[in-house]
Amino acid sequence: MQELIRRYGIGLSVVMAAMTAFWLFALVVIPNLVLFKFSFRVYLPVDQLGGPNDVYTLKNYLTFFTSPIHINVFFTTILYSSLVTGICLMITYPLAYVLAKVLKPTDTATFFLILLIPLWVSEILRSFAWFIILSNQGPLNALLMGIGLIDKPIRWISGYQSVIIGLVYAYILFMLFPIYNAISALDTNQIEASEDLGASMWRTHWRVVIPHSKPGIASGCVMVFMLCAGSVIVPSTLASTSSRWFTEIIQQWMFEGLDWNVGSAYAFLLLALCIVFVSLVMRLLNVRLVDIAK
Amino acid sequence: MSEDVHLSQICMDFGSFRAVNNVEVTIKSGEFFSFLGPSGCGKTTILRLISGFMDPTGGAVKIGGKDMKGIRPNARPTALIFQNLALFPLMPVWENITFGLEVRGVAKEVRRAKAEELLQLVDLHDSADKKISQLSGGQKQRVAIARALAVEPKVMLLDEPLSALDLKLRQHMRAELRAIQKRTGVTFIYITHDQGEALAMSDRVGVMSQGVLQQVATPQEIYNNPVNEFVASFVGENNVIGGKVKSVTGGIASFETAKGTFSAKLGPNVAVGDVSKLFVRPEFCSLGSSTDAKENSIPVEVTEIAFEGNFVNVFVRDGSGDTHMVQVQNDPATPPPALHTTCHMAFNPSSCMILSEAVNGRSGH
Ligand SMILES: Nc1ncnc2c1ncn2[C@@H]1O[C@H](COP(=O)(O)OP(=O)(O)OP(=O)(O)O)[C@@H](O)[C@H]1O
Ligand SMILES: [Mg+2]
Repeated sequence: MQELIRRYGIGLSVVMAAMTAFWLFALVVIPNLVLFKFSFRVYLPVDQLGGPNDVYTLKNYLTFFTSPIHINVFFTTILYSSLVTGICLMITYPLAYVLAKVLKPTDTATFFLILLIPLWVSEILRSFAWFIILSNQGPLNALLMGIGLIDKPIRWISGYQSVIIGLVYAYILFMLFPIYNAISALDTNQIEASEDLGASMWRTHWRVVIPHSKPGIASGCVMVFMLCAGSVIVPSTLASTSSRWFTEIIQQWMFEGLDWNVGSAYAFLLLALCIVFVSLVMRLLNVRLVDIAK
Repeated sequence: MSEDVHLSQICMDFGSFRAVNNVEVTIKSGEFFSFLGPSGCGKTTILRLISGFMDPTGGAVKIGGKDMKGIRPNARPTALIFQNLALFPLMPVWENITFGLEVRGVAKEVRRAKAEELLQLVDLHDSADKKISQLSGGQKQRVAIARALAVEPKVMLLDEPLSALDLKLRQHMRAELRAIQKRTGVTFIYITHDQGEALAMSDRVGVMSQGVLQQVATPQEIYNNPVNEFVASFVGENNVIGGKVKSVTGGIASFETAKGTFSAKLGPNVAVGDVSKLFVRPEFCSLGSSTDAKENSIPVEVTEIAFEGNFVNVFVRDGSGDTHMVQVQNDPATPPPALHTTCHMAFNPSSCMILSEAVNGRSGH
């Protein structure tokens, strides 16, 4: 803070601090507190507001625990979010390693540009593009049949397949960047020292590169998992008849049932359980929150 | 079986840039060999060629007679100590030291015992469980040496390992390294740009410039009989006089210059009629009275006297305005001439040389 004042002067520093505070409180904390309060209130017709029925209650939360379908969708969401996180990690780690340590810096820059350009298009359009790509008569099936890999179209949009593909595509960069940063920060001599001492490539990754990049990996995983579990657009655009995402249920409560109270309760349950899940996994992998924030 | 390292006409090109040019040398088993040269001359590149991080674009690296082409560093009998040591910060000292054994599947208790043993060897007791970040510079150095020794390499490669240490520690570690080398009998290939280090530690020194190995010889030979201008001026101080070779009799040439004619040993690759330079070390020059003018002497005036403790550097200027340095022992009984006196600078024909220019490895490629 003193550094900030020294560099920008007191006036500009106050403006910057005020803007950060505004962002944090007006746009994050206060709306969430309002929703949090909502989640303990009863959904009532307007004329009963303030009446004897307008009380604080846990009923909204109990709705979830007494509804097996919702519980099922919830755990399915967690499961497939974890799966997407895992797939992203599998794809990203080798890619990040190659980008950080194998390619020349100029090639890396080009590669990142190519990766980033699709982000200029909105998420809805990108999801819809995948809907077209994956459709029965779509380009993917045409390509696979064209090169003779399959002889009749695959129904990509069934079960959770299409949702998983869409989510991997949507959030993979959130995994790539932290891991890329972590591996870039690793001194190349350490990798070479490991090899020089006799380690195989696998061993070098296991003992040197992965331990070093663990904070980056954890950070990427948390981010992708949270984004997946909270994603609305991708699971609804690429939904098949048999896929349901927990956010869709929240959305139904709020915008179809118009019951913001149960909707908020569900949203907070999702948040709370995701935090619990993430903390458990972090405890298991022995990474701390401060490492991730770096 | 001998484990000589033979660099057979190796070349290394990075695109059109030739970093190492036709280096040919055999480093004997058990030898302490140094590559000495200025920054960018290709020292690290040579080390990386020997350790296997890259293969030469021409020639071959042979260890124990076997061509190492295509053999990765993890399968070569070499261990490299990196310029920045490259210790693993997330492992405690003992795991660092025995990493090479761990990857070979050695059991934990055996490794632990080996780590203790090596820590004794490098004089670092009670540090097995410390973190790398808790060690001082010199201690890290020792851990790096122990880690390399743990895999029992035939050849140890050291890339300026002392350059980050302060003077005192550097001198101490020089002796230490030399002692460890003698104790273990491992071939050491040492890289440095510090001539003092190379001369003091090595059995033989290879002096490099611009990718070319200019001279390979014992430290004495390098200092007393450099083969060309580069070696002479990179190792030690010189007084240089330009001129032309007039005639040669019995290895001693008559050298004609603007300051007179001198007798000097004729270096390699210089012939009668060549325009060349004469090199003489400051400590081989003496200052005498103007009257006893003899062979190889120049009338000079003393312009500056620098007292260095055990010796005195006397700077003198000759008739054509060139400055020379004469180094004399500090001896109160025979003090050097006083400032601004005129006298004669003289040197023995057998202690000065006429040398050719260095072989340039990068032009004409
Ligand atoms: N991978 C590479 N690609 C291109 N040029 C390189 C590469 N490695 C080294 N060079 C060039 O080769 C030359 C020799 O490099 P090298 O690292 O061997 O020098 P050095 O003698 O070890 O110098 P220093 O004392 O500064 O460490 C340098 O000019 C360097 O720019
Ligand atoms: Mg170097």
